[in-house]
Amino acid sequence: MNKVSLPATLARATFLSFIAALVIMPLVATVLGGFKTVGELRASPFGLPWVWHFDTYLGILGSPTFWNFLGNSLVISLTAVALTLLCASMAAFVFAQIQFFGSRYLQSYLLLGMMFPFATAIVPLFIQVRDFGLLDNPLGVILPQTAFSMAFAIVLLKSFFEQLPKELFEAAHVDGCGYIGFFFRFTLPLSTPILATVGTFVFVQSWNNYLLPLVVLNDRSLFTWPLGIMQFRGEFIVEWNKILAFVSLTILPALVFFAVTQKYIVAGLTRGSVKG
Amino acid sequence: MTQRPPHSITRMWRDGKLTTIVLFLPPAVVLFTVFVIWPILDAAHLSFFKWSGYGAVTNFVGVKNYSVLVANPIFHQSLLNSIKLILASIFLQIPLALALALLIYRKTSVNTAFRLIFFAPYILAEIATGLIWSFVFDGDYGITAQATAALGTDPIYVLADKHFAFLAIITVIVWKYFGYHMMIFIAALQAVSTDLLEAAEIDGARTWQTIIYVKLPLIMHAVKLSIFFAIVGALQVFDIIIPMTNGGPSNSTHSIVSYLYTFGLAQLNVGYGSAVGVVLFVLCITSAFSYKRLVMDGRARR
Repeated sequence: MNKVSLPATLARATFLSFIAALVIMPLVATVLGGFKTVGELRASPFGLPWVWHFDTYLGILGSPTFWNFLGNSLVISLTAVALTLLCASMAAFVFAQIQFFGSRYLQSYLLLGMMFPFATAIVPLFIQVRDFGLLDNPLGVILPQTAFSMAFAIVLLKSFFEQLPKELFEAAHVDGCGYIGFFFRFTLPLSTPILATVGTFVFVQSWNNYLLPLVVLNDRSLFTWPLGIMQFRGEFIVEWNKILAFVSLTILPALVFFAVTQKYIVAGLTRGSVKG
Repeated sequence: MTQRPPHSITRMWRDGKLTTIVLFLPPAVVLFTVFVIWPILDAAHLSFFKWSGYGAVTNFVGVKNYSVLVANPIFHQSLLNSIKLILASIFLQIPLALALALLIYRKTSVNTAFRLIFFAPYILAEIATGLIWSFVFDGDYGITAQATAALGTDPIYVLADKHFAFLAIITVIVWKYFGYHMMIFIAALQAVSTDLLEAAEIDGARTWQTIIYVKLPLIMHAVKLSIFFAIVGALQVFDIIIPMTNGGPSNSTHSIVSYLYTFGLAQLNVGYGSAVGVVLFVLCITSAFSYKRLVMDGRARR
């Protein structure tokens, strides 16, 4: 370890705390803002509330539409995660376990999906979803979402499957276990860490997605929470305390989720970047 | 990949390989083709037509959508905005991320706490981030309101001001994503072998010397990758802009995607929106490939 002088330590601590304050301050102001009245928010946007008003938060928590937004988002995100994990791990298993003519081409083809944002094709995608009759249908969000997560999921899963010991399959094969049985009985259970990583990523992406639901969902009862929050903002444009309370109630679960899953998120990030 | 003799198909059938391929591959490949590849091909096709989205696609207009797009000043502005974002990433966000990574990459509990704080904005939804910051920048409530009240001047509406609005957006994007780049650098720094660092120390290298001559060269790959992600990210900004400025004032803060949404999709100019999409696609693919060629592979050759 380097010997570090006292001024250097102090400078380091000050710098880190300063940046941390810049990160935290807007978030704290948001949460506290929900406890203030509009008038107080104007006078003291960043300080502690003079009086803690709980009614704004309680009002939102008591409204069925709020829970409906969250419920819709949850259904869409969880389905997208399940579907992505299933389809991508089956494909990744084939690429990792079986050599066949065209495997390389197919993999490069799927890799194309990591090259461009899905916004690129959003106009024809909208037409496509409409022609399938999937407008105002959660599947209209879920299926494109799954398709766009596929490339990234396959890359991560395949590299993990390839690291599983080959002897395992040979042993299972001798015992009469076929590829499909092996996949469900051994590959998947042994791959929970990577499945958790990929699942977390797909979940966060889907949960936060705005453009796709915006294009596909028109019916308010189907709105995901980002659509709901934007609509809410349109209604209460000057009542910042309500908007901030609404935002707080959606970011708090996200931050809790992050605290619980950050191990997997960081793993996915670094895996993706180390692989390049 | 080696080509197999013809009888291999029957062998693959007998040992269950073929069944597995036939059952396991199609879900992923079909979904991907239908919802990713087909729309992009369709965009290339539709970009030569004027179409409102209903009825038959018959009004062929040649390259008119493209020529209108290329001549459009708002589109120029959105391209310029993307370039500004990329420059801000390279000269502001990545140096900041690098400095922080160097300070806190070692595994101690205090460092872990800072790491979590710095990374937290990355996990927030862009929409929520945009809303939070439009409060912070609100001339009646937020930080500028405090400042102008203290100075006794008229309120400044940052997000409604042509000169400041995009700067505000850049600030938010730096705020949201610097932790992501920092994490990439931290992973790279943790992979640097401690032997090298100890050797440098024994040779009497000062802290800044180890940073410049040992650590930075060894994590250069991560830095290049980070810049790559920043470029790709800058080309797809959308969700943050909508709640903050919605592209305004007077269309000065559009990104390429918000331009596409506003002038293509929202008005159901299918042909025009498709043309913007194709241009964005070409930008992404060419920048990805040329960056990989010129910058990423350059390291391997040296």
